Amino acid sequence: MFTSLNSRALAVSLCIFMAFLLVWHLATQSGGPVQQMDPEYAKLMGLTATKGTSAMPGPLDVAAKIWEHIKSPFYDRGPNDKGIGIQLAYSIARVMAGYLIAVMVALPLGFLIGMSPMMSKALDPFIQIMKPVSPLAWMPLALYTIKDSSISSIFVIFICSVWPMLINTAFGVASVRKEWINVARTLEVRPLRKAFTIILPAAAPTIFTGMRISIGIAWLVIVAAEMLVGGTGIGYFVWNEWNNLSISNVIVSILVIGVVGMILDQILAFFARKVTYPE
Amino acid sequence: MSQVSEASTNIQSDERFISIEGIARHYPAPGGDRTTIFQNVWFSVKRGEFCCVIGHSGCGKTTVLNMLAGLELPDEGVNIVDGKAIEGPSLDRAVIFQSHALLPWRTVLGNVAYAVASRWPAWKREQINDHARKYIKLVGLAGSEFKRPSELSGGMKQRVGIARALSIEPKMMLMDEPFSALDALTRGSLQDEVRRICLDTGQSTFMITHDVDEAIYLADKIVLMTNGPGAMVAEIVDNPLPRNRDRINLHKLPDYYAVRNHLIDFLVTGSKIFRDNIPVGYDPRRPPVVRPAAPAPATPGDRKAA
Repeated sequence: MFTSLNSRALAVSLCIFMAFLLVWHLATQSGGPVQQMDPEYAKLMGLTATKGTSAMPGPLDVAAKIWEHIKSPFYDRGPNDKGIGIQLAYSIARVMAGYLIAVMVALPLGFLIGMSPMMSKALDPFIQIMKPVSPLAWMPLALYTIKDSSISSIFVIFICSVWPMLINTAFGVASVRKEWINVARTLEVRPLRKAFTIILPAAAPTIFTGMRISIGIAWLVIVAAEMLVGGTGIGYFVWNEWNNLSISNVIVSILVIGVVGMILDQILAFFARKVTYPE
Repeated sequence: MSQVSEASTNIQSDERFISIEGIARHYPAPGGDRTTIFQNVWFSVKRGEFCCVIGHSGCGKTTVLNMLAGLELPDEGVNIVDGKAIEGPSLDRAVIFQSHALLPWRTVLGNVAYAVASRWPAWKREQINDHARKYIKLVGLAGSEFKRPSELSGGMKQRVGIARALSIEPKMMLMDEPFSALDALTRGSLQDEVRRICLDTGQSTFMITHDVDEAIYLADKIVLMTNGPGAMVAEIVDNPLPRNRDRINLHKLPDYYAVRNHLIDFLVTGSKIFRDNIPVGYDPRRPPVVRPAAPAPATPGDRKAA
């Protein structure tokens, strides 16, 4: 039955998952010591102190919470109580906006840098200094100049996803095989046609690798950015639920962020496979 | 009157269809000097002629070919094809690259069609594909049109390269050791096909090779280059074998061993010592033309004496 590698791996995955759920369940089950106190004071102290139950939810609480969210993902009861679907939609929209602007800037600029050794040298110091800056460090500057928190987080997404795409595009374009360029030269191919029919397809796998790294970073950064600027988005949702001390919701958010990140990565991986050519 | 002069220029351009006139390549060397790879190279190729260049690695053969292709320009001298100096790459001169240089993201048909579409940009898609298919069939790859280069063997890839070069109907073909990466059997059958195609289409061909037998089988004229740096054309061997030779009986032709020994002697010793023993009367502008031939058959009297 467990002959193929995949089925054995699946069995091990399920075992690990079950064991994890079991340990989690047992760890959150046992009650701590109960203290005697004034009822008024007990209200302030919460269930941990009065009944000994942990504020850390068990797997069943989280499952119930997930079901709750699945039933109504898009409810809107005012600024501090929106469905997780709405929050995700805000985050994804910001990531897409920042990411697409980054694509529009990084690909042409990367082409220029890759084609021209002079431009490559000229722009290198700027790239080397700007690349290691944490994207969140741009936030105050963005807030001051743009004066809009939502657009500022889009800008932060742009600035964090532009570097891997730029560097990979430049590298991919610069390392197109000489012989393919020579084919185009002997066929007297015009520069624009050469760019689209030789250099772009030759560099596409490298470009998509950069785009895949970028979408990963963008999704990491949006959570942090939204925690900072607040208002809407999955990052804000996490922080808001922490302030509400709803650990269940925080755990659900972590799961959702992970799943969405994986989907984004797989979409880019799909396109990367489409443009990869075997040699 | 004008007719006469026209005829004479035609003869001129047929006799010296490709004319290599005093070309040189220098590289800067450490210490401000320069290294000369080759210099004062002169020779010409007739229209419809198959010309091979033989020489050791480093003598600049590939550079000469790249200059004819227009991918590089000489530091001195000029290359003239069909009466025009070469100033850059041209669709008139097709190159078959040593490493086949197919575009791996395109199919066989896509690779050939890319060249056809570059040659005739105004053509419709169907016309381009029909033309490409014709040349794919010519090199014996009909049925493989939609394969990608990664699915082809080395010999098939090189066939696609040949089809791509022929499809643009060039005035001449330039081949840079096109068969050196192939196994002996594949190489043999591809040489047969290249020879057939070149004879059928009357192509002028310039080919670089390391392989003496390949040169003897294919070439009308074999240019011998001495070792670099400072390489030069030692001599030009006029292939004495009949034009309608075939591979199987090649080694039975009377002059075969004379040519072969001459070439091998040159590669083993001549290419090294030529520079130090330049023959009297050697003129780089007119390298000596040699036509090796078998010694006259020995008479019965001679044999007795021996």
